[in-house]
Amino acid sequence: MRPPEALGHVAEEKPSAVELEPPPPGVPKSPRAIVWARRRRSASRIWRMYRRNKMGMAGLFILAFFIVVAAAAPLIAGEEALKATCECNGAPFSPPSWEFPFGTDNFGRSVLALTVWGSRISLTVGLLATVISMVIGSTIGIVAGYYGRWPETILMRLTDWFLVIPFLPLAIVLASILGQSMSVIILVIGVTSWPSDARIVRAQVLSVKTRPYVERAQALGASPWHLITRHILPNVGPLILANTILLIAIAILSETTLAFLGLGDPLTISWGRVLEFAFNAGAAGSGQWWWLLPPGLAIVFVVLAFTMCGFALDEIVNPKLRRR
Amino acid sequence: MRRYLIGKIAQAFLTVVFVIAFNFFLFRIVPGDPAALLLRGTSAFNPDNVEQLRQDLGLDKSLPVQFLVYVKDTATLNFGESFFGRGAPVIEVISDNVWPTVLLVGTSTIASAVLGLIIGIYGGWKRGSKFDVGSLGFTLFVYAMPEFWFGILVLMAFAGGVGPFPAIFPTGGYESAASDLTGLAHLVDVLNHLVLPFSVLTIAYLGQYSLIMRNSLIDVMNDDFVQTARAKGVREKHVLWRHVVPNALLPTLTLTLLSLGFVFAGAITVEYVFSYPGLGSLTVQAIDGNDYPLLQGLFLLFSVAVIVANLVADILYSYLDPRVRAG
Repeated sequence: MRPPEALGHVAEEKPSAVELEPPPPGVPKSPRAIVWARRRRSASRIWRMYRRNKMGMAGLFILAFFIVVAAAAPLIAGEEALKATCECNGAPFSPPSWEFPFGTDNFGRSVLALTVWGSRISLTVGLLATVISMVIGSTIGIVAGYYGRWPETILMRLTDWFLVIPFLPLAIVLASILGQSMSVIILVIGVTSWPSDARIVRAQVLSVKTRPYVERAQALGASPWHLITRHILPNVGPLILANTILLIAIAILSETTLAFLGLGDPLTISWGRVLEFAFNAGAAGSGQWWWLLPPGLAIVFVVLAFTMCGFALDEIVNPKLRRR
Repeated sequence: MRRYLIGKIAQAFLTVVFVIAFNFFLFRIVPGDPAALLLRGTSAFNPDNVEQLRQDLGLDKSLPVQFLVYVKDTATLNFGESFFGRGAPVIEVISDNVWPTVLLVGTSTIASAVLGLIIGIYGGWKRGSKFDVGSLGFTLFVYAMPEFWFGILVLMAFAGGVGPFPAIFPTGGYESAASDLTGLAHLVDVLNHLVLPFSVLTIAYLGQYSLIMRNSLIDVMNDDFVQTARAKGVREKHVLWRHVVPNALLPTLTLTLLSLGFVFAGAITVEYVFSYPGLGSLTVQAIDGNDYPLLQGLFLLFSVAVIVANLVADILYSYLDPRVRAG
C-alpha cells in the first residue's frame, strides 16, 4: 500500500526487548516499586516513539525556545522598559534599529521588550486556563463514563449544551460581566473550553471499564475510588495529556482574542494586548509592521508548537489514530 | 424516521430552553446590583436612576417572577432597549446590522468550503505528495494564526499600502460613506469593500475543510468497494470522482452546515478590524459600552443559530445516511 503519512505518522511498534525482559533477579520488589518501574517503562516507550516523530520534536524545540525566552525576560530587557515613562524608551514609532531591534511603539517602548515580557503572560494564562479546563473536563468525563446511568445522562447533556454555545461570544459575555483581570481571563477560558475534553475522556473510560483487569479488580472488592485512581486514570492519562496540550494552543489563541477585544487585564502586557495597543494606535494604517509582526508571529509559533506536540503525542497514545 | 425527527427536534428545543435559562442567570451572576452595573460609568449614575432602572427592569420582583417575565419577553422577541442606540429596541439594532454579516460570513463560508474540498480531495488522493504536505503545513499555520492579526496585516498591506504592496482597497466599512451610488455602481462599491474581509475569512476557514475532506477521503479510499471498482477496471479518474468523493463528502457537508450556524457569530474580530458594520462590530461596541441588553440579545441569537444549524445538519444527515436513523 501507500507509504506512511508524510507528517510523521508513527508506525505500530513491535513490543521491544525491554518490555519482554523478565525483571532482574535479586532483592524482592515492593508492589509500589513494581508499579513505578512499569510506569517508567511505558513513559520511556512513549518518549522513544515520540522522539522519532519529526513534527513533535520540532514543536518541542520551538516550545523550549519560548520557555527559555520567557524565563530569561529580565536578562533580555528590564521590566521598566514596559513603562510608558521609562527613560530607556526611544522615539515613538521608530522602525527597527540596532538599539531597538523590533522598533518602538507609540510611547517609544521597545517592541522587543513588550514581546519578550508578553510571552510570560500569554504562556501562563494558556497553561493555567488549560489546567482548569482539564480538571473539569476529566472529572466530568470520568464520572459520566464510570458511573453510567443517570449521572452520565445529566453530565453528557450538560456537555452537549456547552458544546453548542458558541465559545467566543460566551467568553466575551463572561469576561465583560466579571470584569477585567488576569484571573477572570484564566477562569473564563477554563470554564468554557472543557466539553471536548469531557467527551474524549468519557469515550476512553467506557472502553477501559470493560477490560478484564478492571472487572477482576472489581470482583476482588476494589472501591470505585481505587478503580478510578489506580486502574482507569493511568490508562486515560496519556490521552488526557495529548488533548490538554492541544487545548493549551486554543487557550493561548483565546486569550489573545479576548485581550485584543479589550477584555484583557489592563495591568499586564500579553501578546494580545500589544496587538490591541497597536491596532488602536492605527499601526495598520500607518504601516508600522514592526509593531504588529513580532507579537503576532510569537503567537503563531507558540500555538503551532503546542499543536505539533499535541498531534504527535495524540498519534502515539490515541488508540483510534494508531489503528489507521 | 418520525421518531428520530421528533427526538431531534425535542432535543433542540430543550437546548434552546437551556440557553434561555443560562442567558437569564448569566447576566444575574454579576457581583452587586445589575442596575448599578448597567449605569456604571455613565453620567446617569445616581441612586434615583438606579432605583428607576431597577423597577424598569423588574429587578424589584422575586427571581422566579423575573424569570417568567424574561421568558415571556424572549418569546415575543422583546430584548429590552440598547444603551448604545440611544434607547432603540435591541431587536431593531440587531436586525439593522444582520445583513452585512450574513453577506460576509455566508459568502466566505461557502467559498472556503468549496476551495477546501478541492484542496482536500487532491491532497488526500495524492497522499504524501508535495501538494499534500504543503497544504497540511499551510493548514497548521493558518490554524495557529489569530484571524484578526491576519486581518490587520492584510489591511496594512492592501488598504494602507506598505512597501511593495499597493493600497488598492478601501480600509473598511460596508460601502463608501456619504455616497449616493445606486444600482450597479453601488453593487461594485459594496463588493469592493467586501474583498479584503472576505479573503481573510475564506483563508482562515479553508484549513478545517481541506483537513476533514482529506482525512475522510483517505478513510474511504481504503474501503473494499474502491478496490472492487479498480478491479473492474474503472479508470482512476472515475474511481475518485464517482466512487470515493461522493462517499467522503458527508463529514464535510456536516461541518459546512454546522459552520453556517456560526454565520452570525463567526467574524467578531475580523469585522471589528475592517470596521464592517455587522453583528461582530456590534458585539465589540456592546462590550466597550457595557451594553448588557444588547450583549444578551446577541448572545441568544448566536446560540440559537448554532442550535438550529445543528438540527438541520442532523435531519439532513439522516436523509443522506440511513444508518444514522437506525442507530
